[in-house]
Amino acid sequence: MAQSSAASHDETAPLTVRPLRHPGRWIGGAVVLLLTAELIRSTATNPRFEWDVVSEYLFSRAILVGLANTLQLTVVAMVLGTVLGTGLAVLRLSPNPVVSGMVGVYVWVFRAAPLLVQLLFWYNLAALYPSITLRVPFGGPVLVKFPAEQLVSVWTAALLGLSLHQAAYIAEIVRAGILSVDPGQREAATALGMPRTLTLRRIVLPQAMRAIVPPIGNEVIRMMKTTSLVSIIAVPELLNTAQTIYARTYETIPLLIVATIWYLVLTATLTVLQSSVEHRFGRGLERSERCPLRALPQVRARTTSAPPRSVADESRTPRVKR
Amino acid sequence: MRPLVHAVGVRKAFGLHEVLKGVDLSVEAGQVLCLIGPSGSGKSTMLRCINHLETIDGGELTVDGLHVGYERRGDVLREIPDREAARRRAEIGMVFQHFNLFPHMTVLENLVEAPVRVKKEKPAAAHDRARELLNRVGLADKGEAFPRQLSGGQQQRVAIARALAMEPKLMLFDEPTSALDPELVGDVLGVMEDLARTGITMIVVTHEMGFARAAADMVVFMSEGRIVEQGPPKSILSNPTQERTRAFLARVL
Repeated sequence: MAQSSAASHDETAPLTVRPLRHPGRWIGGAVVLLLTAELIRSTATNPRFEWDVVSEYLFSRAILVGLANTLQLTVVAMVLGTVLGTGLAVLRLSPNPVVSGMVGVYVWVFRAAPLLVQLLFWYNLAALYPSITLRVPFGGPVLVKFPAEQLVSVWTAALLGLSLHQAAYIAEIVRAGILSVDPGQREAATALGMPRTLTLRRIVLPQAMRAIVPPIGNEVIRMMKTTSLVSIIAVPELLNTAQTIYARTYETIPLLIVATIWYLVLTATLTVLQSSVEHRFGRGLERSERCPLRALPQVRARTTSAPPRSVADESRTPRVKR
Repeated sequence: MRPLVHAVGVRKAFGLHEVLKGVDLSVEAGQVLCLIGPSGSGKSTMLRCINHLETIDGGELTVDGLHVGYERRGDVLREIPDREAARRRAEIGMVFQHFNLFPHMTVLENLVEAPVRVKKEKPAAAHDRARELLNRVGLADKGEAFPRQLSGGQQQRVAIARALAMEPKLMLFDEPTSALDPELVGDVLGVMEDLARTGITMIVVTHEMGFARAAADMVVFMSEGRIVEQGPPKSILSNPTQERTRAFLARVL
C-alpha cells in the first residue's frame, strides 16, 4: 500500500514532513484551562474572600511596616548566618581535629533541633541566665552586667535563633563548595608562592562561589518565609502584623491573603535577583549561549541544578587525580 | 660553587609505601635537567619535594642554599610556617600536567595575580610584563580570553608564562605535555626549548625523549625511588650502561 503510493509519487518532488500529532496534549491543556477558570471564578465571586478588605489592607501602613520588618529580619539573619557559616566551614576543614569536631557538633545541634524550639529557647534565655555578665574568667571581677531580659529582646531572640540556625546550613553549603574546587587550583596557587589565606580568598572561594551561590539563593528565599515563625514570639513581622489585625477585626482569611500576596511578590523578586547573581559568579565557566528563561523556576531546575556540573566537567580542563 | 638544586639522600613515603629511597641530585645554575623513568618511579614526587609541595621524610634538599620548607638547626630540619615557605616558593616556578590555570580569571589576570599579590608589584608594571610574556609564548592576542576558551596547548603555554611572571630562578615542569593532544605537543615543547636557551635552570619530568635529546644538558633516569643512571643525553639515551635504563628506553623510543 505504502509502496504503491510511493511509486506513483513524483520521485523528484520534495516530500512534506509531518510531525506526530498529540491530540492528548490538546485535551489535557483544555481540561486544565477549564479547571483554572472555574477556580478563578469561584475565588473572585465568593464574597467570603472579602477582596475589598484585602485591597484595603494590602498597602496599609501596619502591613507595610510588618513587611519592612520581615525584610530586615531576612537580610540581617542571612548576613549574620552567612558570615558565621563561612567561618564555620573554614574551621570545619581545619586540620585541627578538636576545632573541626566542635564545628561538626554545632552543625548537628543547630540543624537537628527544630527552629521553632530554638526560637522559644532564645526567647526564654532569661530563665536560664537571669543576668549576663562579662567578667575575668574563673571567678574574677565583674566587668559588665546586663539583666538578660533587657539584652535578649524579642528582636535579639529572633535574630539569634534565625542566624545561628542558618549558619549551620550555610556552613555545610560553603564546605561542599570549597571541596568542589579542583585540588590542582590550590597547588598552582601554592606553587606561585601564595600563602594559604590568600589562596583561599583569591583562588578557592571565588570558584567555590559557583557551587555556593545557587543553594544560598534558595536559602535566602527559604529564610524570607521562615521569618514568619518568629510571629510566635511576638516579633511584629508580616504574619504577626496580619494576625494582630485579624485578632481585632475577625477578617482572618483576607489578612492571610494579604500576607500571602506579599510573600509571593518577595519570592518572585528574590528569584529574579538570584539568577542574575548566579550569572555573575559563573564568570569564565559558563556556556557561551545563555538560556533566556533562566529566571523561571522550571527552567532553572534544569539549567542550574544538574547541568553546571556536567558543563564544568566536559568543558573545563581535566581534573587532577592523584 | 654550590649547585642551585642540591639533594642528598632524600626520602619520602606515602604511608608504608616508600616513593623516594634516598635520592641524590645536583643541578647547576643554567642547566636543563630531564628526569625520565617509568610511571611510579618517583620522579614527579621528587619534583614536588623540590618546591615543598610534598614534605620530605629524610635527607636534605636545598635550592640556592635554602631549604624551601625547612630550616636547619644543628642536626634537625624544622618545618617552617606557611608564610615563610610561600616566600621561598615564589622563586621557583612550576608547570603542571593539567595546567591548573585559574578558570575564573582571564589569561592576563592569571599572569598578574601572583606578581601583584605576592611580590607587591605595581599592577601597571605587572601587566606590561605579562603582555611581553604572552608575546613570547605566541599568545599576544589571548590576554582577555578565559582559560577554557583556549586549547590545551595554549593553556599550557599560558601556564608557562604565568610561572615566568614571578621571575623564578628555577622552573619545574611536571609532565607538561602528557595531557595534550599529540598535534599540540610541539608548540609547548617549542616554547620550552626557547626557554632553555635563555639560560634559566629547568628540571623537566617528561616522556618526550626528543626534547631531552635536543634541550637537556643532563638526563637522569629514575626507577623505583632511586636514581639508576645519569649523564649527558647522548650517553644516557644512546648508550645506557644499566639494564633497567635499556629496558625502559626500548619501550618508549
